Amino acid sequence: MSYLPYAVAAWICVVGLYGIVTSRNLIHLAVCLTVTQSSTYVLLLSVGYVHGGGPPIFKGVKLGTTSVDPVVQALSLTDIVVSVTVLALILALALDVHRQAGTVDPDEIAAMHG
Amino acid sequence: MSWILPLPVAIPLLAAAVVVATDHVLPRRVEDLVAIGAAATTCALGVVLMLRSERGDVIHWFGGWHPRGGVALGIDFVADPLAAAMTALVGGLVLVALVYSWTYLEEAARLFDTLMLVCCGAMCGFALSGDLFNMFVWLELMGVAAYALTGFEVKDLGPLQGAVNFAIVNGIGGYFVVIGIALAYARTGALNLAQIGHTLAGGGSSGLVVVAMTFVVCGFLCKAAVVPFHLWLADAYAVAPSPVCAVFAGVMTDIGLLGVARVYWTVFDGSFAADRAAVGDVLVSLGVATALLGGAMAFLQRHLKRMLAYSVVCHVGIMLAGIGLLSAKGLAGAADVLLAHGLLVAGLFLTTGILIALLRSVDELHLHGRARGRPWLAALWFAAAVGLAGPPYVGLYVGHAVIDEAASSAGRAWLPPLLWLAGALASASLLRAGARIFLGLGTDRDRLLAHEMKERPPARGTRLAVLVPVTALVVVFGLVVSVVPGLPQRTEAAAERFGDRAAYASFVLHGSPAVHGPRLPFAVEPASLESILYGVGATVLALALAAWGLYRPELGGSRLLLAPARVLKAVHSGVIGDYVMWLTVGTALVGGIWAVTLR
Repeated sequence: MSYLPYAVAAWICVVGLYGIVTSRNLIHLAVCLTVTQSSTYVLLLSVGYVHGGGPPIFKGVKLGTTSVDPVVQALSLTDIVVSVTVLALILALALDVHRQAGTVDPDEIAAMHG
Repeated sequence: MSWILPLPVAIPLLAAAVVVATDHVLPRRVEDLVAIGAAATTCALGVVLMLRSERGDVIHWFGGWHPRGGVALGIDFVADPLAAAMTALVGGLVLVALVYSWTYLEEAARLFDTLMLVCCGAMCGFALSGDLFNMFVWLELMGVAAYALTGFEVKDLGPLQGAVNFAIVNGIGGYFVVIGIALAYARTGALNLAQIGHTLAGGGSSGLVVVAMTFVVCGFLCKAAVVPFHLWLADAYAVAPSPVCAVFAGVMTDIGLLGVARVYWTVFDGSFAADRAAVGDVLVSLGVATALLGGAMAFLQRHLKRMLAYSVVCHVGIMLAGIGLLSAKGLAGAADVLLAHGLLVAGLFLTTGILIALLRSVDELHLHGRARGRPWLAALWFAAAVGLAGPPYVGLYVGHAVIDEAASSAGRAWLPPLLWLAGALASASLLRAGARIFLGLGTDRDRLLAHEMKERPPARGTRLAVLVPVTALVVVFGLVVSVVPGLPQRTEAAAERFGDRAAYASFVLHGSPAVHGPRLPFAVEPASLESILYGVGATVLALALAAWGLYRPELGGSRLLLAPARVLKAVHSGVIGDYVMWLTVGTALVGGIWAVTLR
């Protein structure tokens, strides 16, 4: 069992968080949020990976064939669907912010609003 | 009976779909009626479930996928009295908010009803879910509806900024929950709460389980706005429409705490039962820090809704400290606080909404003496503010008293005074604001208080004949929580069952009949002398602090306070990057402490 996928997941998560903390642009920030989020896909898929396992499609396959865990794939899909909604909403809000404030820099917006 | 369980989720979601689908076809008032009917039904179903589950938990397996041989295959909803009561409270407050907004948001788009109903259904789903991943899905659904409701006034910058900060912090919290779920799944191969707990209980604790618990708990604490994850809350609650705030502050914040209690008791207690004190230490410390910081921040505000938002943070801390005692009594106390606080703070937000409609401002100093001729509003405001301090047998008192008992029996006698002090601080700021606005006391200048932007008032033509009785109803319910006969006994019995992991697992996985509790009396228990003294003390302290707050600018000595106040305000900067940094640091700290102590 390799630790590499878990290290990759942790790295992606931290890089995304770093991007969010230092971001000066809401659109960039939303993309960083997606980066953080994609660490959960890597984590979920590596949790369910079985060495030498085939895809979890069982039609016409002999009983007892090894396959990877289908549950985590369903979880990843749900995770993607849920988070795309959040992302869409944040981008829509960012558009409106730009319309009102003429900027998408979180620092400037905070200073404007007090 | 189990067929009722999906309904508190299905009815609001279906009604939301109907409202959207019939948009432009049905008149607006008919759609409002559909929405109000759905919320009322949810509330009624919650009450039915609560009464039924007192005699034993109720479970529903979706699609008839019952567990086979003690292994959960399907997805379940479980109603225990606490979760069912939460459902009833959610339905009730959404009902109140919808009735209130009937006249309050005159030109509100039809989407308002839809979003409220989606949020309502998602909160009920979160409370009833017996599956960890489904809890995440409900959390996110409730979040998305809530972000949209916060940014409802897209023509102003404030709501947009509040919604963005809210969405990003809670989005990251949600991802943390997923990471925790993935790790728990990696260890146990299960997503059902009872199943994960059962498997973990056999395997002892390990580093992986500690990390999983850290991520899940911190994710939920983002929703619950616990220090240092609380920074988004004031930005969002200060700008959302008042009826929306009533729902957010009354139930949505607290539901994160329900999530923490649920995952601890059903999942992680098996691993850490021997180290309960070490788990509890972190939760209690976070709770106390949250309560005190929330109280102090509330005292520094002049924007009424921001002040209320920080008072929510303060009371969330009090509840978390109760839950963190990790005993049935502590949990019961937190539940009693939750009920009383949810109703009272909703009442305060609704009163603020009326003030905005009448006087077109939410600024304490700006409103100085301008609501003098409004005895009814003044009565509501002061009653709710005093109820939050918890004088004997009023408002939050009973919850505080039960937490006191739990704390002293857990050997943490230092905890009650701190919690009462925090509650008194929050109340004091509300009383001070009330005295300025309704009685015209004190001065209308105070450099200590934060400067705030103005808020866009609602359209004219609001009908006070609807708004005031609705608000009064909520406040009165909140005030009498402490004297409802039999309530503390019932919450305690319910909390006892909520915390019994083994019984929950065998009920869910093996279908063994739920334990029947003894018949409980309908009596008001006499409280201990200690908590009566604390209650009186907290109320007196709140009044004294309020008076000091009113006349402090004339008394002088402000300079000493200005510097710490400036530091606190600088931390609550409104910049999302800072918030996320605190979130990361907080999670690392919680995980680090647990990694050291849980071995």
